[in-house]
Amino acid sequence: MAVRYDTVIIGAGMSGLSAGVRLAYYEKNVCILERHTTIGGLNSFYRLRKRNYDVGLHAVTNYAEPGTKQGPLSKLLRQLRMKWEDFDLRPQLQSSIVFPGATLHFTNQFNYFVEQIASAFPQQIDGFRRLVTRIAEHDALDLERQSVSARQVVSEYIRDPLLVDMLFCPLMFYGSATPRDMDFSQFVIMFKSIFHEGFGRPFDGIRLILKRLVKHFKSLGGHLKLRAGVQEIRQSNGRATSVLLDDGTEIEADNILSSAGVAETMRMIDPNSPPVKAEPGDISFVESISVLDCEPAQLGHHDTIVFYSDSKDFHYERPDVPVDLRSGIICSPNNFDYSQPLEDGRIRITALADPHYWMNLPEDQYVAAKQHWNDEIIRCATQHIPDFRSHVIDTDVFTPRTIRRFTGHLNGCVYGAPQKFVNGQTQLDNLFLCGTDQGFLGIVGAMLSGITIANRYLLK
Amino acid sequence: MTSDQIRQVILDILGRIAPDEDLTDLDDARPFREQMELDSMDFLDIVMELRKMYRIQIPEEDYSNLNTMGGTVEYLLPRLKDVPVGA
Repeated sequence: MAVRYDTVIIGAGMSGLSAGVRLAYYEKNVCILERHTTIGGLNSFYRLRKRNYDVGLHAVTNYAEPGTKQGPLSKLLRQLRMKWEDFDLRPQLQSSIVFPGATLHFTNQFNYFVEQIASAFPQQIDGFRRLVTRIAEHDALDLERQSVSARQVVSEYIRDPLLVDMLFCPLMFYGSATPRDMDFSQFVIMFKSIFHEGFGRPFDGIRLILKRLVKHFKSLGGHLKLRAGVQEIRQSNGRATSVLLDDGTEIEADNILSSAGVAETMRMIDPNSPPVKAEPGDISFVESISVLDCEPAQLGHHDTIVFYSDSKDFHYERPDVPVDLRSGIICSPNNFDYSQPLEDGRIRITALADPHYWMNLPEDQYVAAKQHWNDEIIRCATQHIPDFRSHVIDTDVFTPRTIRRFTGHLNGCVYGAPQKFVNGQTQLDNLFLCGTDQGFLGIVGAMLSGITIANRYLLK
Repeated sequence: MTSDQIRQVILDILGRIAPDEDLTDLDDARPFREQMELDSMDFLDIVMELRKMYRIQIPEEDYSNLNTMGGTVEYLLPRLKDVPVGA
């Protein structure tokens, strides 16, 4: 007879693990199934040539000082019954948005960002302040909300297109599943999480948070199975009844919560004619990771993250070349306010990539292509930060292909499908969605997504 | 359980839900939400913690009884009077 659970969760990423903690805490019999050999999904980690690497994480957004009573991070910790120390977030030093002819710096103090805008765009500051009020009044967590164009709303307040693009640049890079524009609620969530609250990072990287989540989940009685990919979700009379794993095992469940993505989950219901035609997203990235023989600060680079665009118009879309070199994100995990230095210096540079190119590249050309585009990305980025190339002692590159391996997302898309399913429901009564395709983004957002959907449907 | 014991149970629950709050001066007559950061998600957790600890089901229409410490204790007393502490 098949094993039976109250809830089976597909995917051991941030959202699945957080939902699992909530369910296990309230004594639900819950099992998380993960196809990959390790936990984390999009925000995972690996070890290569004796060094630790993070996959997704540049920074955790929604930073708050330990002990803060309000805001998403505090809410998250409370819901998970976890402590501030469990996440060990250290604040960023300073980040920058660099466009032709204008630079804006920001820290975790929002007033500093307002001053930066007042000084670089004095004509726009009144409009910006009104936009901030509009953002504060917007209920972005309303699960029944309608989609509105963020560019349209923002342009009602800010007339200089350069400032509009500079505001959108970090928000889109860190969370937009849609090209060129985003839904206003997504804009609000990202704006608050990045500009109001800001960046932090655990000294040990994302593995610290993931390992603590798993430990907590297991201590509450939850089950986690790795190398357990779900091949099929079986159904009868409009209800999901069980999942069939890659190895043929069948697991029954009263409820199923999938963080695999909408298109991916629909294919599990019926691979030939998915019941809901959901387009998978195609926004993906290539990332160049350089290990340095010194701290970036020793080369004069103090920024935590630099968002740059060499073109006045910020192009956030799938490029028709392998990598879009016009813009990128430069992250140094060293430049957070730690009490001691990290083991080695790191510069991570991320740029938009064409997933189709990387997926279809023959194996024998893949390594050379990674090398070529790594060099190109670094060449472009070093126009914005000190040239670190003579200090590189090791390199790794990940591509949309790598992301697909870790996440199972069809195009290696990072922020999921363009269309979000905010209420988490599907056409099957007891099959729910959480994670990127539910629509709360970022690391804290992903965790809140799992919690919200678990609370709403699975704890009754 | 006595009223005092129920009050302590609720304080323990609040301490788990909102560990960053100082609950020493909690006024039993005033709504929790006026005295601490407690959103609807947290509020549901009080109900669920009680269900987990004492198998007590609180229907949604009764939630308004749980707005203050005084109201909560009064509501729970008849329901928990035969239940030992730490059940």
